[in-house]
Amino acid sequence: MDVRDACYSVRGRAIFSGLSLQAMKGQITAVMGPSGTGKTTLLRLMTAQIYADSGEVRVFGQNLADLGSRQIFALRKRMGMLFQNSALLSDFDVFENVAFPLREHTDLTEALIRSLVLTKLNAVGLRGAAQLMPEELSGGMARRVALARAVVMDPELLIYDEPFVGLDPIALGVILRLIQQLNQALGITSIIVSHDVHELSSIAHRTYLMAEGRIVASGTPEDLARSNEPIVHQFMSGDPDGPAPFHYPAPELTTELLADGPP
Amino acid sequence: MNSAVVQDGFVLRSLGRIGRMTIFFLQMFLQCGRVLARPGLVINQIYNAGGRSLVIIMLSGLFTGMVLALLGFNLLQRFGSEEALGFATALALVKELGPVLTALLFAGRAGTALTSEIGLMRATDQLTAMQMMAVDPLRFVVAPRFLGGLISMPLLNAVYVVIGLFGAHLVGVRMMGVDNGSFWSQMQSSVSLHDVNEGIVKSLVFGFICSLIAVYEGYHAEPTAEGVGLATTRTVVASSVLILLLDYMLTAAFL
Repeated sequence: MDVRDACYSVRGRAIFSGLSLQAMKGQITAVMGPSGTGKTTLLRLMTAQIYADSGEVRVFGQNLADLGSRQIFALRKRMGMLFQNSALLSDFDVFENVAFPLREHTDLTEALIRSLVLTKLNAVGLRGAAQLMPEELSGGMARRVALARAVVMDPELLIYDEPFVGLDPIALGVILRLIQQLNQALGITSIIVSHDVHELSSIAHRTYLMAEGRIVASGTPEDLARSNEPIVHQFMSGDPDGPAPFHYPAPELTTELLADGPP
Repeated sequence: MNSAVVQDGFVLRSLGRIGRMTIFFLQMFLQCGRVLARPGLVINQIYNAGGRSLVIIMLSGLFTGMVLALLGFNLLQRFGSEEALGFATALALVKELGPVLTALLFAGRAGTALTSEIGLMRATDQLTAMQMMAVDPLRFVVAPRFLGGLISMPLLNAVYVVIGLFGAHLVGVRMMGVDNGSFWSQMQSSVSLHDVNEGIVKSLVFGFICSLIAVYEGYHAEPTAEGVGLATTRTVVASSVLILLLDYMLTAAFL
């Protein structure tokens, strides 16, 4: 995955201006940044859901902008994605959700599909929930099912959008280990977008910090932890004051409270 | 001047919408062959759109037939032609009321369900998830629902007409005392295949329009609660207006 000088804007508002990052094969790459910096939009760019206004996004060496829809679909068969809101198919139970990519893209026998699905569900601790419907799952369980579905085709590249949100400490530990195992045992390249500094620091090989539509720092998690850059320091230590404002731009609170009428 | 600008805007928007819908239909149409190779997907949607609309269609058909018989008997009695009741109700149901009312009910029940279902799938990223799994939602979600609606409409229309005739017979023959033989023989001798064909063509056209609008609006709904609600409303309004407009045009064409 190679993003070079990507610019993207929505209705004249620049989301990315000259953003570049590389995710090396077989490594875990973390993309961190404060809320609203466009991390999820970056993932959409990487998966050809949207296209950069300028610059290049290359996946498996191919420029996404040069590919037709069939080639994009062929590329996506080699990728897995874990969505922020799980995005389980509401008509199917847990088993069928995980089996869905296998049924659509392979001619495996029912017995083999069953074995594969149960193995993946077992890895995320939800083999016993195979017959539950998505609405019967908690947020954390749904995310684990979505992870099982994302890895069921053994993809070469796995993209995670906020994988740790809503997980209890036990599930969090299991998912962290699972991401690491997938990377070490199968050599899966992983891109994780999150703002969970400590969790990501424990597993990432390389970390990018996004702010104001570009990468403001990159390196190993240790490099970022040692950085004296004000924005990096603020983000890594969670300070409310610093270059990245906590408050959305607004007049002084006292001015607004004392003013007459609606804002 | 302002009114001209507003009208221009409206015309341009409408043309743009028709163009987008046509492209959407062509993209979906290309997937229909592959969808038909998996009949289970379509049969499931025939049940969802058609099977689940049966009760409302049968109830409406029954009462429409009963009302037609009451009004028809009252009118025909003045001219001493009560025996033409079977012919009058059958013609009204087969040519006009059957296709139009079935389509309006379909738009209100199945059309809104289709739009909100697909819209919610959009809002909860299910369609995007399919795309990310290299599965085209047009093939897996949209085309089966469109075909299900298209196939359901003539079947529902047939049920509506049959139940409507039963209702008319109930009131006309059993309650008002019209001769049973006259009721059926007048119908048999006067309703031609041309009339039946008109009803079938209308129900197919309405099925096409209602299903296309429903899946288009759902697929393009804003991914918010309000967006899905607005899309559902647009489905009912656009379907209803187009059904009545096309009914006039088709009736004129079949004269």
